[in-house]
Amino acid sequence: MPVQKIDTPNSIIPRKAGVAPGEGPEKGLITLPGEAARDTGDDLGGATYLTTKLDQVVNWARGNSLWPLPFGTACCAIEFMSMVSSHYDISRFGAEVVRFSPRQADLMIVAGTIVDKIAPVLKTIYDQMPEPKYVIAMGACATSGGFYRAYHVVQGIDEIVPVDMWVPGCPPTPDGLMYAILKLKEKIERGEIRRG
Amino acid sequence: MSTLTKLSAIPYTGPAPTNRNVYTPTEAPAADARGEAILAALNLSALTQERGQDLPTFIVDRAEIINVLRALHDHASLQFTLPLELFAVDYPNREQRFDVVYQLYSLANNERVRLKVRLADGETLATSSGVYQAYDWFEREIFDMFGIRFDGHPNLRRILTHENFQGHALRKDYDPAQRWLLTDAGIATIHPKIAPQFVQEEEDSDFERVTLNLGPSHPATHGTLRIVTTLDGETIVGADCEIGYLHRCFEKMSETHTYQQVIPYTDRLNYCSAIINNVGYCMTVEKMLGVTAPERAQHVRLILSEFYRISDHIICIGTNLVDMGALTNFWWLFQPREEIIALAESCSGARLLPSYLRIGGLAVDVPSDFLANAQRIVNMLPRYIDDVEALVMKNRIFRDRVEGVGVISREDAINFGFTGPCLRATGVPFDVRKSNPYLGYETYDWDVPVAEGGDTFARFLVRFEEMRQSLRILQQAIDRGLPPGPVMVDNPYVALPPKAKVYNEMESLIYHFKLIMHGIQPPVGEAYFQVEGGNGEVGFYIVSDGTKHPYRVRARPPCFPIFEAYSKMITGQTIPDAIAALGSLNIIAGELDR
Repeated sequence: MPVQKIDTPNSIIPRKAGVAPGEGPEKGLITLPGEAARDTGDDLGGATYLTTKLDQVVNWARGNSLWPLPFGTACCAIEFMSMVSSHYDISRFGAEVVRFSPRQADLMIVAGTIVDKIAPVLKTIYDQMPEPKYVIAMGACATSGGFYRAYHVVQGIDEIVPVDMWVPGCPPTPDGLMYAILKLKEKIERGEIRRG
Repeated sequence: MSTLTKLSAIPYTGPAPTNRNVYTPTEAPAADARGEAILAALNLSALTQERGQDLPTFIVDRAEIINVLRALHDHASLQFTLPLELFAVDYPNREQRFDVVYQLYSLANNERVRLKVRLADGETLATSSGVYQAYDWFEREIFDMFGIRFDGHPNLRRILTHENFQGHALRKDYDPAQRWLLTDAGIATIHPKIAPQFVQEEEDSDFERVTLNLGPSHPATHGTLRIVTTLDGETIVGADCEIGYLHRCFEKMSETHTYQQVIPYTDRLNYCSAIINNVGYCMTVEKMLGVTAPERAQHVRLILSEFYRISDHIICIGTNLVDMGALTNFWWLFQPREEIIALAESCSGARLLPSYLRIGGLAVDVPSDFLANAQRIVNMLPRYIDDVEALVMKNRIFRDRVEGVGVISREDAINFGFTGPCLRATGVPFDVRKSNPYLGYETYDWDVPVAEGGDTFARFLVRFEEMRQSLRILQQAIDRGLPPGPVMVDNPYVALPPKAKVYNEMESLIYHFKLIMHGIQPPVGEAYFQVEGGNGEVGFYIVSDGTKHPYRVRARPPCFPIFEAYSKMITGQTIPDAIAALGSLNIIAGELDR
């Protein structure tokens, strides 16, 4: 008896077509590595679909409960404060649980200039964060060194750690940073980011 | 350039600056006369007066510097007790390559003096940290940046750059973009020196001494400070502070940009009160150029300065209370702060760091509803300040955590070069707005708040009251209204001509071209000017060689000497006390490390 294809109209996440990283047997579905080659006609293991849905649920949860670690060094950190405080209120998007311990955070927001002296510290803290982890480079300095083309300034934190979102501005407005968090949330929910 | 002045369609009749002019400050005759009087009072042969400067200036023999400093410090009537500045300037073409410049202030006489020592490469200088404790770190910075060694210095190692750094960055022959990588292996371990009163106790203690690192990434350091403490049980018996984690080369960057281009860099010194830094820098250059910003521009500068001072204090009080567990005040205070930021945004288009000032005035005129918005914010602020004060001032937990915590005595504060609210919290009424008024502060009716005790609580009291005094100034400024007129000086060597003229008049087009291509060129010389920042005296010392790039820009960082004293303030106290004290000092890393 052919396996009934499981449709997901009642899924809590609306599917987006054609965005999965590996082109799976069904467009829009995320498959596990190694399963992409499987024949789609009548050998659809239920497990594949179950895992797919679980992934999406997990990604949805992750995207909506980011725990940011503010690696604030300079002016951008003040704008980060503005974003978490009353007027802009990032808790509307579930990312207000600011944690200063890397062990309890999954989103590092690098807010401010990173200089050579603190670069090893940034790397250590990134390494201490549990997977999956995401990085936002907030502002011109974290992105490219900004207008500090100087003897003691890291010319962009991608010299040291991988970056998911770059936010332009010197400093970016709180809404700019908020937009980056929402974009990152979308990216996570699409399942685009996989590391580890 | 002088022929252009004659043909100008712009009604400018002043002298045309050329890069051969020598800067003669208007204060020079008075400074020279005062210098002679100081020379007579000191009666030392090691001093030679340098005339024609904006402050009484002396050139001191290298071997005699300690005697001269001690004489100035101890003199019965001069009393130059407050060390303000110590920095160096590099002139590679000179035989004696370095100028090491000391600037002192006398609280008793409200006057300043400048000392210069000339050194050849490789020559050393005796350490003055025995006379002024503040100069300990200042000397380390000179060693780091210029490679000048100080004999007898207790801890002469790099301070701003990292351990793997090679060379000395502020020497003129150092490439501004030459980086050196720091690896994990390169990071030095710091062992704090145990304070003398605890050295003997180690035998008797029940506890093993442990070293605890606070920072550089720590929630209470608000940025990038590192404090290494040695603990005996809960008591801090030794502490050492490491800085430089935000050293982004302000002074070197200034030398590679034009005068107008330096303004955004000054914003990022004390980023909580950016406009005040703009005012300090622009007024220093204006002083050298001999121009004065129009009245309307000055009035707007004053209003925005006071708003940013309040904003600075709001951030300090708010985050300090967060460190102590009182989160509500932070949320509550950030609402009016947003309004202040929005006011600056309506003027310049940028929020936190507006870069709104220009040398000679403002970038653009203020919007028509500027005063109405300012009045609305002035009306709403007292309620927020009162609310927060009511929440904390009678709160037993708060009082227990701040009273008698992080104490510094008046003598120590002066000797460490404290300025601003931290100095006023020890009972010294020193405020640049009163002692050397600028922007017309002398015409306003306001008081300098002073508290006794020098502890964290006193610093809270001073900051709360300063916000109220700033509101007083603001109310008077709003009542006076904005003077009519332009916001930029009418001087084609400083301000760009209006666009309509550039498109229609040959002369204006040439002025525009000259100013864009050759920049502002102040006359050859040096000047120092100071304003009252959120944390104390923000001063700029600018050396011009007549070209479009500043030869040297030195920013006086008020945080630097304050944080230097921090390890002394927390020794003998506990870690929670140290956290409470740190927040109340309002250390801004951008200004501390520049």
